[in-house]
Amino acid sequence: MTELTVDRVRSWIEAAGVLIEENKALLTDLDTAIGDGDHGTNMSRGWAAVRKKLDATPAADVGAMLRLVGMTLLSTVGGAAGPLYGGFFLAMAKTTAGKATLARTEIGEAFAAGLDDIRRRGKAVVGDKTMVDALTPAVEAFVSVCSADLRAASRAAADAARAGAEGTTPLQARKGRASYLGERSIGHQDPGATSSWLLLEALASVCGAGNE
Amino acid sequence: MKKLINEAANVVREALEGIEAAHGDRLRVSLEPFYVVRGDAPRAGKVGLVSGGGSGHEPMHGGYVGRGMLDAACPGQIFTSPTPDQIFAASKAVNGGAGVLHIVKNYTGDVMNFELAAEMLRDDGVAVESVLVDDDVAVENSLYTAGRRGVGLTVLMEKLLGAAAEDGATLASLKKLGESIRAAGRSMGMALTACTVPQAGKPSFTLAEDEMEVGIGIHGEPGRRRAKLATADEITVMLMEPILRDLPFESGDEILLFVNGMGGTPLIELYIIYRKAAEIAAQQGLKVVRNLVGSYITSLEMSGCSITLLRMTEELIKLWDAPVDTPAWKNCRLTIGKPGAG
Repeated sequence: MTELTVDRVRSWIEAAGVLIEENKALLTDLDTAIGDGDHGTNMSRGWAAVRKKLDATPAADVGAMLRLVGMTLLSTVGGAAGPLYGGFFLAMAKTTAGKATLARTEIGEAFAAGLDDIRRRGKAVVGDKTMVDALTPAVEAFVSVCSADLRAASRAAADAARAGAEGTTPLQARKGRASYLGERSIGHQDPGATSSWLLLEALASVCGAGNE
Repeated sequence: MKKLINEAANVVREALEGIEAAHGDRLRVSLEPFYVVRGDAPRAGKVGLVSGGGSGHEPMHGGYVGRGMLDAACPGQIFTSPTPDQIFAASKAVNGGAGVLHIVKNYTGDVMNFELAAEMLRDDGVAVESVLVDDDVAVENSLYTAGRRGVGLTVLMEKLLGAAAEDGATLASLKKLGESIRAAGRSMGMALTACTVPQAGKPSFTLAEDEMEVGIGIHGEPGRRRAKLATADEITVMLMEPILRDLPFESGDEILLFVNGMGGTPLIELYIIYRKAAEIAAQQGLKVVRNLVGSYITSLEMSGCSITLLRMTEELIKLWDAPVDTPAWKNCRLTIGKPGAG
């Protein structure tokens, strides 16, 4: 597979929603340990709203679809995740406006724009124990795969996101609610990094590179 | 988990419907998006005071909507910041042409969502200022944290700015007043038990029978440290010491002493805490000119308390004494004679 059509982007968004829902309890548990326990619920609510919106609104192009995802997440997720994930998809929507298909380089540019938005908005850097710790290596991996084949690129991105998320466990949080805990945040995987990994995992599965 | 709820996912909506049923004579409740505004909003020429945050802290903020306090409150899902469209709609509803002031507690989500809403409002020609509340001394304000949490001082801020706004203060002067209040108040809290978010279904942390959490926030998150359960007097010392040290409060200061219940602690216990806090204040040469005791900023059914000290001025005392008429707080006391008279 060398490109994402509107339909494949749609499949990605649906697969992401399914993975979020399936892992709602996990995200809740992770956020309970070092937060206020609402990440699983908020993401589940937001992605269910995204599903409903997409079902009701045929998207003209990839950009329009990603914009709808971003706006919906922004108005339903709440917390910090709402603006961060909302901004991520809205930034991707800007770079993909009017496009019917995305080749690997265009997907990479969109991801980079999305990650840039998150970094500017949340001001987190790698090592702060946030979603940035999963998304940064994921985007790097995606754009580094020198093949037009999306299977390899998406698989590399998902693996990097997972490693990044798991890599947050020994870190002390410097951003977000977990930072109030100081050293007590060490030893727990970050929930935002985990949900970011799930989004990349969903992309990999849609690109034919899913695990099991 | 045992709660007086129906479906966990409907808690916030059903509570808003209940608030509308109970207070519809003085409040307008919007269910799409969620917000609560004064029945007589917008008031021409009055700055609209808007706050909001996650639900689960009642009576804050919805219970403080009314004359002399907030014009609008935006409730998010439990412990979840409200979204920009809620804040935008609520702000528009209370914009009387003199601009809107956002009172924002310092949490990453609250700050981001209020900032996005402020951008939307400015694009729409509405003047917006915001005051950040970050009074919690339990969190170090450093590059390595999300900054100090907005806790007990928020309630005092809403009352004081509410009085000034009711009196016709301009947006710029309210912003200035808010910043001075922000600089003069400090808080710290502790918990005996955690709380359970309905949709999570289990407590946010577990404490043994002989343990407590010190340096908690209001969202059920664990505190800075776990400690062995102490007496009320010992706990009061643990909270007062860092508060006094941080500002620092100095002998001769006139203060407002606010002992707050986290939701699950009975009033009788809060007065035991107040007793010791007042004693410590006296020992430090502080004069308690006003006070507040009760559950004003809560964390669902968490048991525990927080203490807030605010350095007062003549102006703040007058504002504190000004009439207020909201579902949760009514004070129509007449001040006859010199300010500060009971």
